[in-house]
Amino acid sequence: MSPWLAIDRLSLTEGGTRIIDHASLQLAAQRTVVLGPNGAGKSTLLRLIHGLLHPSGGALNWPRKLTQAMVFQRPVMLRTTALANVIYGLKLKGHATDESRRRAMESLARVGLEQIALRPARLLSGGEQQRVTLARAWALEPELLILDEPTASLDPASSREVERIINEISASGARILMTTHNLGQARRIAEEIVFIDRGRIVEQTPVAQFFKLPQTEAAQRFLKEETP
Amino acid sequence: MIEFNDAFLIAWHLVAGADARLSGIVMLSLRVSVAATLIACVVGMPIGALLAVGRFPGRRALIVLFNGLMGLPPVVVGLLVYLLLSRAGPLGSFGLLFSPTAMVIAQAVLVTPIVAALTRQVIADEWTEYREQLRSLGASRGRAAATLLWDGRFSLSTAALAGFGRAIAEVGAVMIVGGNIDGVTRVMTTTIALETSKGDLPLALALGGILIVVVLSINAVAYALRGWAERRWG
Repeated sequence: MSPWLAIDRLSLTEGGTRIIDHASLQLAAQRTVVLGPNGAGKSTLLRLIHGLLHPSGGALNWPRKLTQAMVFQRPVMLRTTALANVIYGLKLKGHATDESRRRAMESLARVGLEQIALRPARLLSGGEQQRVTLARAWALEPELLILDEPTASLDPASSREVERIINEISASGARILMTTHNLGQARRIAEEIVFIDRGRIVEQTPVAQFFKLPQTEAAQRFLKEETP
Repeated sequence: MIEFNDAFLIAWHLVAGADARLSGIVMLSLRVSVAATLIACVVGMPIGALLAVGRFPGRRALIVLFNGLMGLPPVVVGLLVYLLLSRAGPLGSFGLLFSPTAMVIAQAVLVTPIVAALTRQVIADEWTEYREQLRSLGASRGRAAATLLWDGRFSLSTAALAGFGRAIAEVGAVMIVGGNIDGVTRVMTTTIALETSKGDLPLALALGGILIVVVLSINAVAYALRGWAERRWG
């Protein structure tokens, strides 16, 4: 498989601290999960790739520019209906009103929320709100979907629903790049694990191998600490 | 000089009897201050949102300036607008001085910085929450500002109310540019000042009471509406 993104000695320094430290990485898998301890720089790496942050050094080399969407840990809902929140994303991408509405309804149906499309988005439960953000991202038909701990603040049932949707988005053709603290989730979703620690890429391993026998001591220690 | 108690009694009769002169003054006050507040919102809210969201040279200086202008003395605004509108002034040819329009202009100038500065605070808070999501969706800063103005509409009602409160309560600016002409540019505050100095306490008292009731009830209605809207939309 040829990589869809080659990261070359990427660095981000803020206030004298190296948050990302000369990270080099070839991403080729359809579904990649970034693991690492708190403060390792997982979210920062995702934000650099998404373009929300600008690197202080190194480069992101895209063989072909991919259309992207990102889902954050805490859903951000505008004070309007769930449907209008999905439409908002489509209109920003320049879709006409009718077309946006149709695609937004379809997308809400795919995440199982068509019955509550007209409810005020901010009054939905946390799990439902996160599904609206997934619908908003999915409606854009991104080639790359980035998710930063999308289930961190959700109960187990909502988490499973979000996982199901992520798998469906992947099946519809989007590449998935995400972080999670939930190792079971990483195992279920990932093809490949990227393990980072203190801003450095420590290892990149197919998922089965990572959970059976991680190559590095840091990853072994991490798995031991995180596994109950 | 009338007795103190009589003054209250006559004031009450003026209000209860819907005295024509009294209601004319009240209506003019409301018209002028509502118009000035609307103009201040149309001008000040986009300025506030752009100050919160935008990135351009001089932004910090402008924020300090608008915060400072919140405390602009009404008489100074009155004087400046007077100079602009007086016959020799740059806008003198329009003949607006000593008209209700001049009063609207003066109050709008007075209130716009207040609306802009308060809007900036509301939108800046929203921007911290929404920033990454809006940028991720590809919203330009201008678009983000417009989105946040709409999204913050309930909180922004407070900025509009603060502006209105300032406009309806000030004396200095309308006194200077309106001239306090009986039946033409006489509003509640200027009438209170004038009648008190003449010793006609009943009218002054009646107007003072109405002024307080108007300000309180507008705030109460807005508070209730905002509460309802927040329960409705979260």
